[in-house]
Amino acid sequence: MSNPMNLTALRTIWIKECTRFLRIWVQTLVPPAITMTLYFIIFGNLIGQRIGEMDGVSYMEFIVPGLIMMSVITNAYSNVASSFFSAKFQRNIEEMLVAPVSTLTIILGYVGGGVARSLIVAVVVTIVASFFVPLNIQHFWLIVVTVVLTATLFALAGLINAVFAKTFDDISIIPTFVLTPLTYLGGVFYSISLLPEFWQMVSKANPIIYMVNAFRYGFIGVSDINAYVALGVLVLFNIAFGALAWVLLNRGIGIRS
Amino acid sequence: MTKALEISGLKKTYRGGLQALKGLDLTVNEGDFYALLGPNGAGKSTTIGVVSSLVNKTEGSVKVFGYDLDSQLADVKRCIGLVPQEFNFNQFETVQQIVVNQAGYYGVSRTLAKERSEKYLTQLGLWDKRNDPARTLSGGMKRRLMIARALLHEPKLLILDEPTAGVDIELRRSMWDYLTQINGQGITIILTTHYLEEAETLCRNIGIIDKGRIIENTSMKALLSKLNIETFVLDLDPYDGHPTLDGFTMRELDNHTLEVDVPKERGLNRVFEQLSAQGLKVLSMRNKANRLEELFVDLVEQGRNQKESVE
Repeated sequence: MSNPMNLTALRTIWIKECTRFLRIWVQTLVPPAITMTLYFIIFGNLIGQRIGEMDGVSYMEFIVPGLIMMSVITNAYSNVASSFFSAKFQRNIEEMLVAPVSTLTIILGYVGGGVARSLIVAVVVTIVASFFVPLNIQHFWLIVVTVVLTATLFALAGLINAVFAKTFDDISIIPTFVLTPLTYLGGVFYSISLLPEFWQMVSKANPIIYMVNAFRYGFIGVSDINAYVALGVLVLFNIAFGALAWVLLNRGIGIRS
Repeated sequence: MTKALEISGLKKTYRGGLQALKGLDLTVNEGDFYALLGPNGAGKSTTIGVVSSLVNKTEGSVKVFGYDLDSQLADVKRCIGLVPQEFNFNQFETVQQIVVNQAGYYGVSRTLAKERSEKYLTQLGLWDKRNDPARTLSGGMKRRLMIARALLHEPKLLILDEPTAGVDIELRRSMWDYLTQINGQGITIILTTHYLEEAETLCRNIGIIDKGRIIENTSMKALLSKLNIETFVLDLDPYDGHPTLDGFTMRELDNHTLEVDVPKERGLNRVFEQLSAQGLKVLSMRNKANRLEELFVDLVEQGRNQKESVE
């Protein structure tokens, strides 16, 4: 990355990615705001009032961090998965492959685009949430670090999915059958302390638990899992997924004959 | 003379076992306008794919302006501008976004890329379309867009894979003029084409590839001199009876058209002399087939026959 030429290429890919999701903002930025508004109304307001408190805060306050995180995860993943797969499908990925653009630059450019979209969505959803519940922020920097690491991780996951995908169906299988169940079982709507001990253990194998809890700790100062352990887990996953993405692209898997 | 491209012993076997290149050797000098011809599936696109690093080679070496594909890949890429056979840009981006982004991948700053985009899009007649999404362009415009995109980082070697496929005659000729002009400015050009007239008109040197090997690599002039017999179609004033031509094979198509096979050593003068002696007036004349086309078919057939006899 010391090569300034790569920095120009990186900026180009990142601007191209941001232009793409901003051009189709009705498809990329508006739906999360609408979906989350419905969650806040139904789960937070209507059902939440009957549930009462969870971990010492109102149910609405409890689920807000998880719902923001859910938007971040979904948007980071789908942005990179669909953009990179479209580039493969239309073959315009070749524009980068014939140029002196390093594998790392391609990864950073696409992941940067996914992170940018998910952070914008996070801000939008947070603003929507603030209409329903007063937001307390206990650990601002923990929130920032957690959201960036989570967005990066799922952007990388989306990239890896797109590398292997051969059809548009292939980029919807993982979100439907893996990502959504893991997110819903990732402590967004409940504290894992409510679960029997065995299922608490099982839940801890779900990486999304760590993200949601670190993020929630940043807002309300309460977490099922030590926030710094959660950050450590996030960093490890990022390194593993980053390395895998680099190896796959460097070998030209899915993109070179 | 500096070599723009040096390929030696290039082999490519695809997953699944298809051996597309079987030890291909090829040299193209700097400043050349080189045609790579071959039947479908001969290995032209695979060769271009390897040189432009879209296809991983199995064996062999490739050098571009002395830079080695394996150890100096970034330098190799900087030297090359590629115009692929199929449209491979983002159809939703505008014309200017496509070319400016491509320059960015080569490290050209956005400001400089925008300046250059005006130059090249104007030269290729696309400046007025710069804000239009690429999907709204006609086929010919899309081809020209790919040429502009390949030139924006100002490469020393331009590789065009079937650049005029599906392009109308007028546009094809204007693209030929443009390519001749940039070749005159020093850019080495390699093109593959199915239009043999295109190769004959534009290229100084030629390589014929078949079944993954180069079967002919020579100058266009030397190649055309190998043509022993040419077939001409003569348009005459309508006549009665049947003309004769001693020493030539001839076919009467109707009462004013003759098709004559002319061996090179005999020349056309003897045809005209005999027809004049019979009171026949030649109004016009043309080659029945493109000269290169006849040679191409001969060479490919010869190559295959030789290979079969060896096997």
